[in-house]
Amino acid sequence: MKLELRGVTKRFGSFTANDRISLTVEPGEIHALLGENGAGKSTLMNTIYGLYSPDEGEILLDDREVSFNGPGDAVAAGIGMVHQHFMLIPVFTVTESVALGYEPTRAAGLMDMAQARAKVLEISARFGFDVDPDARIEDLPVGAQQRVEIIKALSRDAKVLILDEPTAVLTPQETDELITIMGQLRDSGTSIVFITHKLREVRAVADRITVIRRGAVVGETSPQSTETELAGLMVGREVNLTTLKEPANPQEVSFEVRGLTVLSSTDKVVVDDVDFSMRRGEILVIAGVDGNGQSELAQTILGIRTPVAGSILLDDKDLAPLSVKQRLAAGLGFVPEDRSTDGVIGAFTITENYVLDMYDRPPYAGGPGNVALRLPVMREAAQTQAERFDVRMGSVDDPISTLSGGNQQKVVLAREMSRDLRLFVASQPTRGLDVGSIEFVHRTIIEERDKGTPCLIVSTELDEALNLADRIAVMYRGKIVGIVPASTSRDVLGLMMAGVPADEAQAQAATHQTVMAEADEQAEAEENQ
Amino acid sequence: MSASGSQQGMTPAPKPEQQSPWAEAEGRLSRALRELGQTSWVVTILAVVVALVVGAVLILAANRDVQASLSYFFAQPTAFLETSFQVLREAYSALFRGAVFDWQAPSAERAIRPLTETMVYSVPLILAGLGIAIGFRSGMLNIGGQGQIILGATSAGFLGYALSMPVGLHVLLALAGGILGGAIWGGIAGVLKARTGANEVIVTIMLNNIAIYLLAWLLQQQWYKQTGSNQPLSSSVDESAQLFSLLGSGFRLHAGFLIAILATLGVWWLLERSTLGFEFRAIGENPEAARTAGINVPKATALVLVIAGGLAGLGGAAHVLGTEYRLAGGVAGTLGFDAITVALLGRSRPLGTFLAGLLLGGLRAGGVLMQAQTGTPIDIVLVLQAVIVLMIAAPPLVRAIFFLPHADGRPRLRRRSARRKARSTDSAAPVQERALQTSGAPNAESPGTMTPGTTTPGTQPPSTNTQEPGK
Repeated sequence: MKLELRGVTKRFGSFTANDRISLTVEPGEIHALLGENGAGKSTLMNTIYGLYSPDEGEILLDDREVSFNGPGDAVAAGIGMVHQHFMLIPVFTVTESVALGYEPTRAAGLMDMAQARAKVLEISARFGFDVDPDARIEDLPVGAQQRVEIIKALSRDAKVLILDEPTAVLTPQETDELITIMGQLRDSGTSIVFITHKLREVRAVADRITVIRRGAVVGETSPQSTETELAGLMVGREVNLTTLKEPANPQEVSFEVRGLTVLSSTDKVVVDDVDFSMRRGEILVIAGVDGNGQSELAQTILGIRTPVAGSILLDDKDLAPLSVKQRLAAGLGFVPEDRSTDGVIGAFTITENYVLDMYDRPPYAGGPGNVALRLPVMREAAQTQAERFDVRMGSVDDPISTLSGGNQQKVVLAREMSRDLRLFVASQPTRGLDVGSIEFVHRTIIEERDKGTPCLIVSTELDEALNLADRIAVMYRGKIVGIVPASTSRDVLGLMMAGVPADEAQAQAATHQTVMAEADEQAEAEENQ
Repeated sequence: MSASGSQQGMTPAPKPEQQSPWAEAEGRLSRALRELGQTSWVVTILAVVVALVVGAVLILAANRDVQASLSYFFAQPTAFLETSFQVLREAYSALFRGAVFDWQAPSAERAIRPLTETMVYSVPLILAGLGIAIGFRSGMLNIGGQGQIILGATSAGFLGYALSMPVGLHVLLALAGGILGGAIWGGIAGVLKARTGANEVIVTIMLNNIAIYLLAWLLQQQWYKQTGSNQPLSSSVDESAQLFSLLGSGFRLHAGFLIAILATLGVWWLLERSTLGFEFRAIGENPEAARTAGINVPKATALVLVIAGGLAGLGGAAHVLGTEYRLAGGVAGTLGFDAITVALLGRSRPLGTFLAGLLLGGLRAGGVLMQAQTGTPIDIVLVLQAVIVLMIAAPPLVRAIFFLPHADGRPRLRRRSARRKARSTDSAAPVQERALQTSGAPNAESPGTMTPGTTTPGTQPPSTNTQEPGK
C-alpha cells in the first residue's frame, strides 16, 4: 500500500510539532524517518495512526484521501504501529495479546482462542518468527515482545507498518534479527516506516530516508549518503546558534571524578570506569548519543544514584557520604534532564518552585530550627529573580504549569544559580526549548562559567556542545571515549560518538570516504563477538 | 526523555514492563488523590444536594403513609404529593432540629443543645479527618484511621483510669498517650512504606484489623480493664482525666472541640506555612522532583503517616476522654472510615475538613432525632454519606446530573489541562500516554487524560496555593 502525506501540519498551542510535512512511502519500501529527539517524528506517526488529527494537510492511502478518528480507523485502513513502549499486557499470553482488540468469537460470544492461536502460528511460520503462542508476555525477552507487537499488527492485515524507535530497547543481536524481519516484510510487500535517530541502522535497512528537523522535512536522501551527511542534515549544520563567549580562563582543578562505575536498576554497567577532572571557570560538555550513560553520570553526581565504584571529589572533598541536600548545600547547582518530572512541581506556584531546594534554610525559612516558611521573603526573591531571568509570567503566585517550557526552565536556572555555586551540572538544559530561550540559557551558563564555576553540561545536541564547550568529553557505552578541545570537527566528534577513539577518529576523518564503511565493519565485528 | 539504547542499542534501557503492576497502581492512586484534592467546591456542594435528594426518595419509599397514598395515586394524585411533602418536611426538619437548632424545644437550653451535640459528634471526625487529609495532600491513602483511632482510644483510656494523678496533668498525659498510640500505629505503616515500599493502603487496612483484635484481647485482660467483671468493658476514666465540659452539666460538649479547632489551625499551619508541610506537599505532587531537590522522600513519607496517625489517635483519645469514658470493643464505631469521607468532602483542606466534620457530626446528631420523631431509620444518614462519597469520587457524574459543562471541550481550558499533562510525565502514566509523551511534542494533548474537576469554568484552578488556608 502506498502512503502519502501532503503538507501535514500539527500544532500544539503555539508550538508547531509538524510543519507542512510531505513524504511518500511506496509499497514494499522501508522508509526511514530520521531526526533528533523532539524533531517531531513521533508526532507525525501518531497523526498517521489517528491519535492526532492534523491541523492542515492530508493523508493518502493508495492515492485516496483518508481521515482517521482514532487508531481503530487507521488499523481498519491497513496501518499498523509498533510503539516505542510496547502496548502489551504482561500477564496475557502471546495469543491473548494478539487477539486483544479484535477477539475472534464463536457462537454465544465465546472467544475462539483456537482460531487466534492458529493465526499467531501462521504468521510466525510465514516470517520465521519463532514465537510460542502460549508464552506469557512477561516471560519473553524484549525482542520477542516486539515481535508479538509486529504479529499483532500483521494479524490485522497491516499494509503499512510504522515502527517507532524499534531498536531503542533492543540488544545488538535483537536489532540484527529485527533488521532481517523488516527485510522479509518488505519483500512480502509491506511498506514500513522506520523511525529512528540512529544513523547506522538507517543505512543498513532503509530504501529511502527522510530527515526531519524541528518539525519540518529538511531533506530526502538515499542510504548511500554517508553518516556525516546524514548527521549534518539531522542536526542542521547551517543553523548557527553561536553565543559569543570569551575564551575560557581555567583556574585550579576543583572537581574530579575518578574511576566512577554505576549500575542500572537491572545491574547493567551504565557508567563504566569514568575519569575526568574540571577546572574552575571552564565548561565541559559531555556529548554522545542519548542513552550512553550521560544521564546516569549526572544523577550520580547529584546523589540520587549510588556508584558501585569510584569517587567524586568537589574541592578535594569526597561527595560519597553526602545526601542530595548536603551536596546542594555544598554548592552544587543541578538542572535535571526532564524538567517536567524532576525539575519542577507543576501544581506548585512559581514562588514555591523557585525555592524548591532552598525552602528549609534562611532566608526562606525562619523560626527555631527553620521550621517556618517565610512567604514574603520567598515571594520577593522569586519576583526579583524572575525579572532578572526574564521569566514571562502573570504572577509569582501562579502555578508554574501555566508557563511555557522555556520559562519553566528559566525558573529552574534562576533557582539553581541563585546560590553560590562550586559546581554547576545541567542535563539537556535546552531540550524542547525555542531558539530564544536556548540562547538565553547558553548565555546564562557562560556567565556562570565566567564567575569561576566549573560547568558540566550533558548534551546530545552537537550544536549545543560545540557552542558551549571549552572541552568536549564524548561518552559511548558508559565510557568516556576521549576528551577533546571544542575546536574539534563534527566529523571527528561523530566518529567518537560511535566509539572510535579520539586519535583514530582524527586519522580516519582525514580520509573520510572509505572510513565510514570501515567504522561500520568494525562496529559490526565488535557486536558479533 | 525516552529510554533509548546507544547507537546499536548497547545499553538496553530498562524495558517498560519492568514497572511492577503495584508501582503502576500506586502512581495512578496518587494521581487520583491529587485530582480528588482539586475537586471543585461546586461539585462538593452539589454532591450533598444529590445525597439529600436520594435520601428523600428512600425516606418516601420507606414511609407507610406514602405507600398508602400511592395505592390510590390515580384517583387522587394530590394526596400522594401532599403526603410526600409532609413526610419529607417532617423528616428533614427533624434532621435539622436534631443537628442545629430545635425551635420546638421547651427551653432555650434544649433549643441549642442539638448544635452542641453536632459538635460533640464532630470532634473525633475532625481530628481523624485532618490526619487523613494530610495523607491525601502527601499522596498517601491512609485507610488506617480506624486502627489509629482505636490505638489512641486504647492508650488514652488506659492512662485515664489506670493512673491517678492531679487534674490537668492527668488529662494531658492521657491525651499525649492517645497521640502516641495513634502515631505508632500510623508510623508502622509509614516506616514499612518508606523502607520497603509496602503499599500503605494494604498495610493500614491490616493494621485496622490488628487494632480491633488487640482491643478485644485487652478487654479480656484484668490488668488492662481493671473492672473485676467478665464484661469486655474497661473501667471508667477518672474524673481527673476527663476533658472538661465547656457548657456545664446540661451539655455533653467538652474541651475536645477546642482541641479540634486548635488542630485544624495547626494542620493548616503545618501544610501551608511550615517547611515540613512544604516537603509533604512536594512529595504528594511530584516525588521525583522532590527527590531531585534534595528532599528525603522516605523520611517525609514515614513522618506523614506518623503525624496522620497521631491526629487520629488524638481523635480517639478525645472520644474516650470526652464522650465515652470507658472502652468497649466497638468504641471507635465507624469513625475511622467516616473520617475518610470527611477528608474527601473537605477536599483535604484543613478548614474544609473541619466543616465537613461538622456536617457529618450534624447528620449523626440529627439522625437520632429523626428516627425518634418520625420513625425514619437512622440508616438514611449512612446512605447520605455513601452518596456524598460516590458523587465526590466521580465528579463527571455530578456534572452530568446538573448539566454542568463537561471537563473537556473548552478550548481555553483545554490548554491548561494540556499543560498539566505535560508536567505529568509521571513514571506511572499509562503506557499509551507515555508513548505519546515521548513523541517529542512538549504540549502533547492526548485523549482521555483530561483531569476532571480542574477544568470546569467557574471553578477555581487547581491550587495548592499557599494563600488560601483551605478555603
